[in-house]
Amino acid sequence: MLSVTNLHKTFNAGTVNEVQALRGVSFTLEDGGCTCVLGTNGSGKSTLLNAVAGAFFPDRGTIVLDGVDITLWPEYKRAQYVGRVFQNPLSGTAPDMSIAENLSLALKRGKPRGLGRGISGKLKEEFCRMVKPLNMDLEDRLDSPIGKLSGGQRQALTLLMASALKPKLLLLDEHTAALDPGTAAKVIDLTQMIVTRDRLTTLMVTHSMQQAVNMGDRILMMHQGRVAYDFKGEYKQRLKVNDLLALFEELRRKDAIDVSVATLLTNKYV
Amino acid sequence: MSILITSVIIGLILSLLALGIFISFKVFDFPDITVEGSFTLGAAFSAALIVKGVDPLSAGFIAFVGGMAAGALTGFIHTQFRINPLLSGILVMTALYSVNLHIMGRSNLPMPGSDTIFSRLGNFWETVVGPNHKMALLGWSVDSKDLLILLVSLLAVSLTGILLRWFFRTHIGTAMRATGDNAQMIRALGVNIKTMIVLGIALANGFVALSGAVLAQYQGFADVQMGIGMMVWGLASVIIGQAVVGESGVGYLIFGTILGSVLFRLLVAIALRLGMNPNDLKIITALFVFAALILPVLLKRRKGFFKRKDYA
Repeated sequence: MLSVTNLHKTFNAGTVNEVQALRGVSFTLEDGGCTCVLGTNGSGKSTLLNAVAGAFFPDRGTIVLDGVDITLWPEYKRAQYVGRVFQNPLSGTAPDMSIAENLSLALKRGKPRGLGRGISGKLKEEFCRMVKPLNMDLEDRLDSPIGKLSGGQRQALTLLMASALKPKLLLLDEHTAALDPGTAAKVIDLTQMIVTRDRLTTLMVTHSMQQAVNMGDRILMMHQGRVAYDFKGEYKQRLKVNDLLALFEELRRKDAIDVSVATLLTNKYV
Repeated sequence: MSILITSVIIGLILSLLALGIFISFKVFDFPDITVEGSFTLGAAFSAALIVKGVDPLSAGFIAFVGGMAAGALTGFIHTQFRINPLLSGILVMTALYSVNLHIMGRSNLPMPGSDTIFSRLGNFWETVVGPNHKMALLGWSVDSKDLLILLVSLLAVSLTGILLRWFFRTHIGTAMRATGDNAQMIRALGVNIKTMIVLGIALANGFVALSGAVLAQYQGFADVQMGIGMMVWGLASVIIGQAVVGESGVGYLIFGTILGSVLFRLLVAIALRLGMNPNDLKIITALFVFAALILPVLLKRRKGFFKRKDYA
């Protein structure tokens, strides 16, 4: 269970470039649920994910995972509980190393790494079993460098690596945004398969409303560094893309009104 | 002939330095100039300890540990205080200059007639075949003692290479390579990158210092200037090695680095023999590395250029 409470983060505080990325985000994820985070550009959805992953420390607020306060844990230490897939398909794998070596690294996520052999015959059989469901014919290419694969293949492998040890929390950061539509659909199918099969608690940032509607059991809609809407249960199931679009339009109008009202008032009274 | 044998021996000794550069530059992508100080540090430890009567193997081991400490310091400065890798190395290298002078007590420390690895090998060989034993090799008469040293060096360096290959295929070694390859990924898999860099640069400088220690024992003296230009020298070896074996597995790259060191030393010996001014050695080494670094980029650009033409 992940509890995020009153999370605040301001970048470049006190300068002209000051950005209030998170302004008090709170929510709780139940075990085994898949939650999609939607939001406009700059709404803080990626910042939220990075805060949970530990890329930076929040200014205020706490992050508690399974009863452990991980707010001030460095990124590498959180990795024992958290699996991650990045937006950039090149970020999640080491290009000059073989598929087998990458998988071997993933099977030691958050565990002490000693002087045991990184790759053995037995492990290779396991790697074969792991990549088989991908249907990408990677079984015979375990020893070739991962950099030679396509972005979609690398992203699928990253997903496999992130979920390999059944993490307490799986973070997906727009992991299909950089892929072509066909590949993106495949990776989403794979995500759905893994997440349901292993009942992984998942937090997935996406910009695709279709994905958010189709996947998972909850939608958090972020706006200006806060959670603007939180749909779960039957509400979420009944939600359609058009409803989401309407909500975004509403948020946009609210913003516009804020600005125009502000100008109106200044013109009148200042 | 004997000049060729000596070159190969020195090439093998310097291949330990090249392996160190391989670790910092190739594995971690860390331009580590500490090398120029830690190479001398190894030589200084080795010479000073042997002059005091310490066993030469222990002296080599102490040099290795000393080099690791220097490398760890560079890694620590870089990771903890976020100082640029090159600058961290320059700071430690500069400090080491004074350290080395203190260890040696003066700028050049000869150890005539002292007990070194090589004098031991020589003495052992004399008890077997007698003094000044010559032997025919490809029509040349060579001192068989030199051949023995060559063989033992080859064996020792091969063992080191095998050990290093084993290490880089263990879990921790694989994580080290991943740190240089994709830091973001390996951090997300729970590895503390700072620890890895400190460990890796320490290991690299351990090898460099060991190389300096063995070279000092071979040539019979340590000099405070002997580290100058060693980083570029090591880079040249790594680059030649890679050109010979190609961009393949870590085992091949280690083998290539050792081969590159020997080949480069031989090239230099031949060039000197053909009348190259020894003073020009460093500039030619630098030009060579420069060429090797820009050639792949230039070739790629050319290919791109031709491609554009094809499409037009």
